[in-house]
Amino acid sequence: MTTPMIEIDTVTKYFGDKLVLDRVSLTVNPHEVVCLIGASGSGKSTLLRCVNRLVEHDYGTIRLDGVAVEDAAFGKTGLQKRAGIVFQSYNLFPHMTVLDNITLAPRRVHGVARAEAEARGREVLTRFGMGDFAVSYPEQLSGGQQQRVAIARALMTRPDVLLLDEITAALDPELVGEVLAIIRGLKDEGMTMMIVTHEMGFARECADKVAFLDGGTILEEDAPERLFGSPRKARTRAFLQRIVESGRL
Amino acid sequence: MTDDNPAQAGPQRNARRGPPPPPPSRRFDWRAAAAPAAIGAVSVVVVFGALSWIVTSAEQWPRIKLQFFNIDAMVAAFPRVLRGFWVNMQVWLTVLACILVWALVLAIVRSLRAPWFAPFRLMVVIYIDLFRGVPVLLLVLLFGFGIPALNLPGLPNSGLFWGSVAMVLSYASYVAEIYRSGIDAVHEGQRAAAKSLGLSEWQTLRYAILPQALRNVVPALMNIVVALQKDVALLSVIGVRDAVREAQIYTASTFNYSSLIVAAGLFLLATVPMARLADYLTRRDRERRLQVAG
Ligand SMILES: Nc1ncnc2c1ncn2[C@@H]1O[C@H](COP(=O)(O)OP(=O)(O)OP(=O)(O)O)[C@@H](O)[C@H]1O
Ligand SMILES: [Mg+2]
Repeated sequence: MTTPMIEIDTVTKYFGDKLVLDRVSLTVNPHEVVCLIGASGSGKSTLLRCVNRLVEHDYGTIRLDGVAVEDAAFGKTGLQKRAGIVFQSYNLFPHMTVLDNITLAPRRVHGVARAEAEARGREVLTRFGMGDFAVSYPEQLSGGQQQRVAIARALMTRPDVLLLDEITAALDPELVGEVLAIIRGLKDEGMTMMIVTHEMGFARECADKVAFLDGGTILEEDAPERLFGSPRKARTRAFLQRIVESGRL
Repeated sequence: MTDDNPAQAGPQRNARRGPPPPPPSRRFDWRAAAAPAAIGAVSVVVVFGALSWIVTSAEQWPRIKLQFFNIDAMVAAFPRVLRGFWVNMQVWLTVLACILVWALVLAIVRSLRAPWFAPFRLMVVIYIDLFRGVPVLLLVLLFGFGIPALNLPGLPNSGLFWGSVAMVLSYASYVAEIYRSGIDAVHEGQRAAAKSLGLSEWQTLRYAILPQALRNVVPALMNIVVALQKDVALLSVIGVRDAVREAQIYTASTFNYSSLIVAAGLFLLATVPMARLADYLTRRDRERRLQVAG
């Protein structure tokens, strides 16, 4: 039996008095892609952020490659090096060029020499079709281009896991494809990913497993064809029905 | 549909020739601007003309002129007032530099969220409450007269030094709050991004937050810079020989107030361009924000 890459074990999280995650358990094996779906406010982002400790969970355990995320073994920055995250709103640093954005962490956090970091940066940018934009500023780029840079930034430290939080939700429809193509490419390379998405077509095609989050619990978790084809829970059916009606399946 | 149908000819011809040319530049149209400008100029002339006519036709005008606008007295006082104004400029720039740095330290301490910074945060809050709540003039008197009077060994004994310290301490409490508003205005997502990259709290501030925050507060800081330039004159109350003090000395020996008018003119000469620069920076900042939002 291999060690799961991410193992979320009965994790509970409160914001104040508000129960946001209620004993959530979820396993992501190496090279697996797991999609999280669910209504707004169901706790998808919070769960994702617990994995790299942007949010600290209250109860339960989250293990990355067998080590609890709060374990001292990760040191101050080891966890961030191994689990990269990409946000819906890109969150690039607007006062830095593309190249400075993506080399910031390697240089300042991981002590990589500037020349080396920039060489790798240009390599990653080129791979994502952004080679010509190394010295551009984020505001000069389209949303799709910014998101590609954000993915590049998360990949600079060669993480084992990528956490993606609705990374296409803020994009114009014609730009969604270019970003999803990159995610498909990463899946083909064997990247382990946890993806919060409203793109059901993409989830169905790319996910090894889909988890439906509802009111802070995972209500149903299955292979995409089964979860989308014959959901067992009425709430899952209702949610998917709404998605179909809004034309996103 | 034939070519000689006038209703059809227009659009068809346009379609063949491609898009219409760009409209004439709207940058500045002298003719359109002439009328409002003329009206503005005339009304300024009328208002100030009327005011000066009222003043100069008053019975006491010859005496006013002699007391306040005496050219001979102005010329006589000018060198020493200018020398004093040079002191103002030096103090202003030095104090300004100290304020900007010290306030930044205060703002940084106040915005660090790590738990063991809590006592320092509290100290900064108390500091800001104290120094913002007391008039600058009072602080200048207290520091500028009080501390030199103590004759503390090893510390400078000049009123100029301690008066300047008072100005720095007081102004820094305002500027720290301006910095903090700039820090708070940076979107939370920026912190999340920095943290997710493994940056420490200090690195997050240093590389991600502060550069954006400082850029946000430049217009607000410009107003402080202008206010400070005038408030340096407060140091005259503790005997610093700045422009106001020099003008007063002249007044005291001649019973003529024209020297004060000279000082006022020098202050205006320095502050008006800065106020315009502040306006310009504010406008440019607003345009930049609109662009980013749109
Ligand atoms: N920092 C926070 N402080 C307080 N409450 C929070 C915080 N972050 C999230 N919440 C609350 O927790 C709940 C779950 O939020 P979360 O962002 O995880 O939902 P989500 O499933 O990602 O929703 P969406 O699809 O809108 O992104 C929401 O009710 C939200 O208001
Ligand atoms: Mg979310």
